[in-house]
Amino acid sequence: MFSLKDKKLAEKIISNIKSLDMKLKIMHVCGTHQDTLVKFGLDSLLEQCGIKIGQGPGCPVCVTTTKEIEEMLLLTRKSKIVATFGDMVNVPGETQSLQSMKAEGYNVRTVYGIEDAVNLAETHRDKDIVFMAVGFETTAPTTASVLLNDPPSNFSILCCHRTIPPALKSILNMGEIKIDGLIEPGHVSTIIGTEPYEFISKNYRVPQVIAGFEPLDLLMSVWMLVQQIENGKAFVQNEYDRVVNTEGNVKAQKVIDEVFKPGDKKWRGFPVIPKSSLELRSNFEKYDARRKYESDLEEISKKQFKEPEGCRCGELLRGLLLPQECPLFGTRCKPESPVGPCMVSVEGSCSIEYRYAKKR
Amino acid sequence: MYLFLYSFICLDQEKIYNALGYNRKIVCLAIPGKIVEIDKNKEHGIVDYGDGTKRKVNTSLVEVKVGDYVLVHAGFAIELLGEKDAQETLDLFREMLSAGEEN
Repeated sequence: MFSLKDKKLAEKIISNIKSLDMKLKIMHVCGTHQDTLVKFGLDSLLEQCGIKIGQGPGCPVCVTTTKEIEEMLLLTRKSKIVATFGDMVNVPGETQSLQSMKAEGYNVRTVYGIEDAVNLAETHRDKDIVFMAVGFETTAPTTASVLLNDPPSNFSILCCHRTIPPALKSILNMGEIKIDGLIEPGHVSTIIGTEPYEFISKNYRVPQVIAGFEPLDLLMSVWMLVQQIENGKAFVQNEYDRVVNTEGNVKAQKVIDEVFKPGDKKWRGFPVIPKSSLELRSNFEKYDARRKYESDLEEISKKQFKEPEGCRCGELLRGLLLPQECPLFGTRCKPESPVGPCMVSVEGSCSIEYRYAKKR
Repeated sequence: MYLFLYSFICLDQEKIYNALGYNRKIVCLAIPGKIVEIDKNKEHGIVDYGDGTKRKVNTSLVEVKVGDYVLVHAGFAIELLGEKDAQETLDLFREMLSAGEEN
């Protein structure tokens, strides 16, 4: 029996990687992966072995656009009770953040999940409750499941759900950076399984490994990628097979499919990514805050919003920049006074870098 | 044996995430816990995270029974743990270990 924190095993993997003497760039798309990499110093260890590893658009709060935040702010101003995850509340829009509106006395609620927001709607039947539904495939089935259960008519969602594989495709199509291997997010994969990634290895010849969240999971995943590259292979491997099934959570996939259909959507730092969002199917339009409050939202429906001045979250999310390379990092942009979302979200790479910077 | 491994991971991750105050913040994180109770309607259950913290979770996305370990995300159990055939990765780890012993 071994432990997933076995130092000896970690050293063994590192020395094996080092012995191959490769120069590679690996991207992952998960805040929890980034947290493990930075917290245990694996990113710098790997860099000494010639492997550069960084976070792409893998933070749902970070890729949510300023316009979506402004929609939420406007609904708050129009006397709705708005509810969302804690991280989202602190992300500045063009005008302000939900947190600052809360301080002004507006009704903004932080919830643990969508069911808490439905409970709010049940206890405040005379008020309109809007839940800002943010998240990738891991979170989408929770939204879908709730909508299938006939929530009260005063409940609706501002749908911001996005899906990972189309974003990976977009990054590879843009070709701004060379990516030698991809580490895929364990919990997204728990839901979608391994198949949705396969076109990437097939069409772009990029090796992929689905990884767990312990330090050894990530080191082993890098080793698996390195071996694929060494052998001239490109396919989807599942390092996190103690949790992720090849077929994923079929029940959750069915629920997603029943409620949502794919749509084209802009991501922060990206152009519109085809088929990268989950839009409500017509049966569920009554829960779509954008339709329900169309007249409330009209004043900004055609408006273009600017990114915060000097903020380079967009480049960071496309894997072109590291947090430390942004001139605002740790100076004008800090967790207590964030300029962009990557410094707000606990899954944002700037926030993670800042959190552990002193330990480096 | 897998369950032993999971309970080790459970305790450890939960402690870390609680200490960081992650509970209400995270969007994509999932934490393992043990189902200790299931409602009559089978839509919800109580999950024990191993450190005494218990929470009501929605269990409609998985087939569970009392005693099962699940991965919880945003108030929903999203996957059942402990029944997977995780041999492949375990073998890779073992292979790596035994190679170390030979050196």
